[in-house]
Amino acid sequence: MKAQNRRNAALAALVIGAALIAIGYVVGLPPVVFVGALFTAGCAALLQGEHRSLTIVAGMLTATALLPVIVLIQPFSTFSSQNLWIDGFSIAGIFVLLALGLNIVVGLSGLLDLGYAAFYAIGSYTFAFAASSFTGLDFPFWPMLIAGAISAAVFGILLGAPTLRLRGDYLAIVTLGFGEIVPIVILNSSKYTLGPNGIGGISRPEIFGFEFPIQNPWPFYLAMVGIVTITMILIYRLQDSRLGRAWMAIREDELAAASSGVNTVTTKLLAFALGASTAGLAGVFAASKLSVVTPNLFRFDVSFTVLAMVVLGGMGNIWGVAIGAFVLYTIQSVILKQLNQFFAAADVPFLSSIDFIEYQFLLYGIALVAMMLLRPEGLFPSIRRKRELHVDDAGEGPTTTADAMGAAPQ
Amino acid sequence: MSSVATSAPAAPSANPILALRRAGPFFFVLALAALVYALIGPQQFANALTIGAIYALIALGYTMVYGIIALINFAHGEIFMVGAFVSLFFLGEQLGQTGPVRDLPVLLVLVIAAFLVTMVVVGLLGVLIERFAYRPLRNAPRLAPLITAIGISFILQNVVQIIYGPSPVNTPQIIAPTERFGLLGASIGYVNLFVLAAAVVLMVLLQLFVNRTRLGRAMRSTAQDREAAQLMGVDINRTIAATFFIGSALAGAAGVVYGLYFGNISFVIGFQAGLKAFTAAVLGGIGNITGAALGGFIIGFVEVTAAATGYFVWAQALVFTTLILVLVFRPAGLLGQQLGERA
Repeated sequence: MKAQNRRNAALAALVIGAALIAIGYVVGLPPVVFVGALFTAGCAALLQGEHRSLTIVAGMLTATALLPVIVLIQPFSTFSSQNLWIDGFSIAGIFVLLALGLNIVVGLSGLLDLGYAAFYAIGSYTFAFAASSFTGLDFPFWPMLIAGAISAAVFGILLGAPTLRLRGDYLAIVTLGFGEIVPIVILNSSKYTLGPNGIGGISRPEIFGFEFPIQNPWPFYLAMVGIVTITMILIYRLQDSRLGRAWMAIREDELAAASSGVNTVTTKLLAFALGASTAGLAGVFAASKLSVVTPNLFRFDVSFTVLAMVVLGGMGNIWGVAIGAFVLYTIQSVILKQLNQFFAAADVPFLSSIDFIEYQFLLYGIALVAMMLLRPEGLFPSIRRKRELHVDDAGEGPTTTADAMGAAPQ
Repeated sequence: MSSVATSAPAAPSANPILALRRAGPFFFVLALAALVYALIGPQQFANALTIGAIYALIALGYTMVYGIIALINFAHGEIFMVGAFVSLFFLGEQLGQTGPVRDLPVLLVLVIAAFLVTMVVVGLLGVLIERFAYRPLRNAPRLAPLITAIGISFILQNVVQIIYGPSPVNTPQIIAPTERFGLLGASIGYVNLFVLAAAVVLMVLLQLFVNRTRLGRAMRSTAQDREAAQLMGVDINRTIAATFFIGSALAGAAGVVYGLYFGNISFVIGFQAGLKAFTAAVLGGIGNITGAALGGFIIGFVEVTAAATGYFVWAQALVFTTLILVLVFRPAGLLGQQLGERA
């Protein structure tokens, strides 16, 4: 099929799929939704490798349509109601955003940021100051999304400017320190942040004058999907841009990149600032979604969890990271809890005595070590990253294959 | 002064200006100590020295490992924490100690046994971690061992949490904290004196080991140029393993004295102490053993001064701010060499 025809077919599939999904939901017929999702998935498949923005839209549409229907099926339906699931998905979306942002820093540029939750906190508190009963201000949500992102980016630049000149290891430890300082400062500045109690009564988003309701999880879910989709498109475009290639060049060999004319300090600083701003975006959304922010939400656990998501999903691969974050969050927030109750109720000899939530970080730790030793490219690796990490594999590395293929057909 | 990262100690220079420059950092630390003494008085000063000694012991392990394989061993703080728990297990659970031991010979035997057992166990733990988590990644991208180190640190934390629970556990303070003596108008516990003495003895032993033994020379040469050292017949793997053993054993010793001094430990102490000790190592010039010891005492001063002047809650933030400021203005630290950018 010609590229032009394929693209038209894909667009048609997307339109038909979207229409079917909409009809399915309005009428309340899950099978129709499924058929619609098949069309959108088909659209994504047809476009594979080209028109990435459209692929992302189609892929996200498929996921958005299928998830609420899948949770109606056994065994997911036994875990919790559909509304609770959807509520959980919009929080999972926050972690997807965080992982996408950290992926710019760790996955694309190869800089280890261990205090990423600090930027998430800065975004959250920015919105908590701008729109809550505590300060009495009420700035609208949508512009504040951008403002939260900018304020996090400013802090990212302030922290990155002095440290990015140094070796990568120093950055890791300085960000670790920063990640510690921010919650401490929030905790101890009770006059401005209400300390450990946190700021409550944060306002919810409005669209055309209608405020998002508390009981209905759908508006937050759809808003989250929209934000994630746009962020993914932006990051994909960044990755393919001159800047994105500079990031990967630095990741692979900083000295060589500098010699080829890449301004390493500015490039790293941009990666750091853009990663921070994604966390700020997630923070604003989280503050509004949870309607209360406390310093406890931004402890080191969060930075570590997001790092685990990026590493497990596959550093550098945007889809891999997004799926990794989503799956890991769902496992930790819903399935681990349910496993406890499930095994306790079923009275399975050994398993019912284990508290799976208590073991969560132990499992993450083991997973990080195992991944680095056995499959450093992650579960869903990007092709380039895979090549880079397996360059030592004797003889038949993908690099050599690619070279051979490039040389053969003449 | 000597260091792991630099070559053998330079020949004593006759140039008085150079000698003065070399002594500069020591004068700085002395001046800082005097200032802190004037600010917080002798009582708190003794506390600062004691806490500083603990940080210094932990910082030594960071600096040695960094000096030899240029890796920030994030799990090092947790190794210290495990040391504190091994000491608790040995003294409290195996020997059934609960409180002060008044009989001096018995006390001496107990303390030395606790040090030996903990240092060997924790040293072996360090070697194991190196063998299985870092060695396979020695030629991998820089990010990989850093991520495994973080993973190991979480594994250690959670294993201890699962065994001993999340709340602080009391440790046997076999050196009675109530036994004190008067000095300069302050009442100082014998345990403070003991912690300081133990730290100084261990540091002197380490200096002698690194500078005077064959293995110490192998460590210095490996740090300087791994390939050249290998060509000269140094067994690299064995040398790196030895470095991990010694660094971890020192962290284990720090764990023992932490338990003796504070009387309670929990699974989270390693994270904070590790960060502060790392700050100390950077402050002193990472890779430099004397520097790490000096840095440990400086961090002790900073922290206790903040706490004693009524800013206790800000003490941690102050330490990390110090770290950032050092990296901005003097990334090589007090005694370190300029590392610059090395991709």
